[in-house]
Amino acid sequence: MSNTTWNLDPSLESTALVQIKPQYELFIDGKWQAPLSKTYFDSINPADETHLAKIAWANQADVDLAVRAARTAYTNVWSQLSGAERGKYLFRIARLMQEKARELAVLETLDGGKPIREARDVDVPLACNHFFYYAGWADKLLEAFPGQNPVALGVAGQITPWNFPLLMLAWKIAPALACGNTVVLKPAETTSLTALKFAEICQEAGLPPGVVNIVTGYGDTGAALVAHPDLDKIAFTGSTAVGKQIQKACIGTTKKLTLELGGKSANIILEDAPIDQAVEGVINAIFFNQGHVCCAGSRLFVQESIATQVLDKLKFRLQSIYVGNPLDKNTDIGAINSKKQLQTIERYIQLGLEEGAEIYQPTCELPSAGYYCKPTLFTDVAQSARIAQEEIFGPVLTIQTFRTIEEVVQKANNTPYGLAAGIWTDKGARIFGVSQQLQAGVVWANTYNKFDPASPFGGYKESGFGREGGLHGLRAYLKFPN
Amino acid sequence: MLSPRNNPDLLSLLAKSPAIDQTGSIERVARIQTRSLKGAAKLRGLRMALSMIDLTTLEGKDTPGKVRQLCFKAQHLHDQTSDLPKVAAVCVYPSMVGIAKKALGDSGIKVASVSTAFPSGQAPFSVKKDDTLFALENGADEIDMVISRGRFLAGDYQFVFDEIAAIKELCTSARLKVIFETGELDSLDQVRKISDLAIAAGADFIKTSTGKIQPAATFPVVLTMLGAIKDHFDKTGRMIGMKPAGGISSAKLALQHLLLVKEVLGEAWLTNEWYRFGASSLANDLLLQYQKHLTGKYQSAAYFSID
Repeated sequence: MSNTTWNLDPSLESTALVQIKPQYELFIDGKWQAPLSKTYFDSINPADETHLAKIAWANQADVDLAVRAARTAYTNVWSQLSGAERGKYLFRIARLMQEKARELAVLETLDGGKPIREARDVDVPLACNHFFYYAGWADKLLEAFPGQNPVALGVAGQITPWNFPLLMLAWKIAPALACGNTVVLKPAETTSLTALKFAEICQEAGLPPGVVNIVTGYGDTGAALVAHPDLDKIAFTGSTAVGKQIQKACIGTTKKLTLELGGKSANIILEDAPIDQAVEGVINAIFFNQGHVCCAGSRLFVQESIATQVLDKLKFRLQSIYVGNPLDKNTDIGAINSKKQLQTIERYIQLGLEEGAEIYQPTCELPSAGYYCKPTLFTDVAQSARIAQEEIFGPVLTIQTFRTIEEVVQKANNTPYGLAAGIWTDKGARIFGVSQQLQAGVVWANTYNKFDPASPFGGYKESGFGREGGLHGLRAYLKFPN
Repeated sequence: MLSPRNNPDLLSLLAKSPAIDQTGSIERVARIQTRSLKGAAKLRGLRMALSMIDLTTLEGKDTPGKVRQLCFKAQHLHDQTSDLPKVAAVCVYPSMVGIAKKALGDSGIKVASVSTAFPSGQAPFSVKKDDTLFALENGADEIDMVISRGRFLAGDYQFVFDEIAAIKELCTSARLKVIFETGELDSLDQVRKISDLAIAAGADFIKTSTGKIQPAATFPVVLTMLGAIKDHFDKTGRMIGMKPAGGISSAKLALQHLLLVKEVLGEAWLTNEWYRFGASSLANDLLLQYQKHLTGKYQSAAYFSID
């Protein structure tokens, strides 16, 4: 056998079944409407910086039209339907999404840069499952909240992030509609295409006009939505900085608010852990979706007795990670979502070096065009280092060691965030002992980044409030008058 | 209760075997199984797999005639296709070693013999010793011994260790493959423990199964054994070979196993010196896929000889 490396040939997912229109309008009242703003912005493919489409940029007046359409649809149509009828529409949407699963996955990858393997195996199936799950609740709200007389809120303004565009849309729209609300959704400016595809699915499903409205645009569009007086609810997933602005904007209004914000989640390996599986779990926790995950396990804590071994294994494992074209079925880490985000990540990597941490990156070649970042480990990181405190939102892992459980619990909780945590140990009792002390909305044991529509998700402290998913997710879109 | 015969050194060695999480192992393997192998890389994978086969016949009804035919096949996988690799070895019962040795001549293909009262291992050590010596005297290049699973499950690790070490001593120039029959072991933790034990006792190769029990070479089991090999290499710099056997009958499975080796151990193991497939029907599917790759068409299975 020859000694040259056995490299995999490119294996590109076909883009043939995806039709991207040259220009997208706003989806208001069941129709495509040219923006009153008369302005459009460009959406590009972060994997190669090619132009994908022109997308309408909604202004205040456009948002107002959308909210009015949603209000009319709520008053005249959606609030008049029985839960069972609403459920039928949701089931229909879920099935249509499943039918178009491949198309949605390719679109998500083209628009956002995530590996097709993840879009195909995680994002899209989970998004479909969210619609199926909440479709089932639509006619069972009385059973979900017995004796509490659950009532829809009205019109919800929803703002989704760019890391899981379709999935976050599903997390927001499915429970809102199941509970009887109508929505105006603003997707992130770098990843609007699957939301616009979803609008087509709503049309195909015969969803009454105005129940779902999609207004695309930048932060100013989102701000206009948040400030709109005729909304009953704001749901936002994104950065803690923007979340704070939104919370301020909602003060003194009757708008209900849920915020799902940033994180700097701790992943803790105790010395009795199944080491190989823990290492794999750490890889998934931080490098899933290029690290663009609010609950990414971005701080690794390893017990000192196994620290060398874990670090050696992590470094070895990084060598077999494929970084590159997200459309390649073998790609593990795709493109960084935008140039701006790449610059942020690179700034943090530089900061880590300046702070004296030791860096490790595998020897892999990055494509010449597009936005890419090597998976990065920082060792010798102190709790007081900024790279260990601030959310980087990229494929960068800081590694700290600890001696005792007391110490690691203290360090893990020593952050303004509290979204998620991971614990790796072979002892069941320790799982419970440690996880009960962790201030995090989700604690995974011997796994990481596991999601299910039936399981609520949300944060402690500056990671936000309110829950999405599960029975708890219904509560965010209901009021209980008596 | 552990047998009092267990030496403290052995116990402390086994105490260091890390826990294996089954769910995590299954997920790791699933990741490999979604890898997409195309083009030249696939062709190379198919060739590699062909060259790693221990072409096997282990039946009560084996005869010299059957073994001679198998040995011919080993040297002439598909003469209609030029430049095909040869398989690594022919694997037979001790009684057939002499026949195989003669039939294979100077082809470079090794003769592997199962031994130690294969497949059950339920015989006194004297019988196992004679079994092994007989195979060696008839020219076996490799010995595939089975462990005493009953003793292992009863916690008599020292017995299992000593048995492997004793057989290894007999194999002066032959390479020793140690078969665990993982389908009879209880958990991945046990698989890891026996892997560490066998490697410490002198195994050159560790092998999943006899092929007589299901499940055999499942991916999580193979992953666990590769993990033991990797840790041993990291600690000592000594390479140990791996041989999954039983149930790997398609090219697709074989290629996935090779990708697993590539990612878990590294490419140094991707030769038949360090990796083997124990298989009786895998070769034909590899040949079928190889032909498909060359011609763009699937041929009828009838174009490939069944031996």
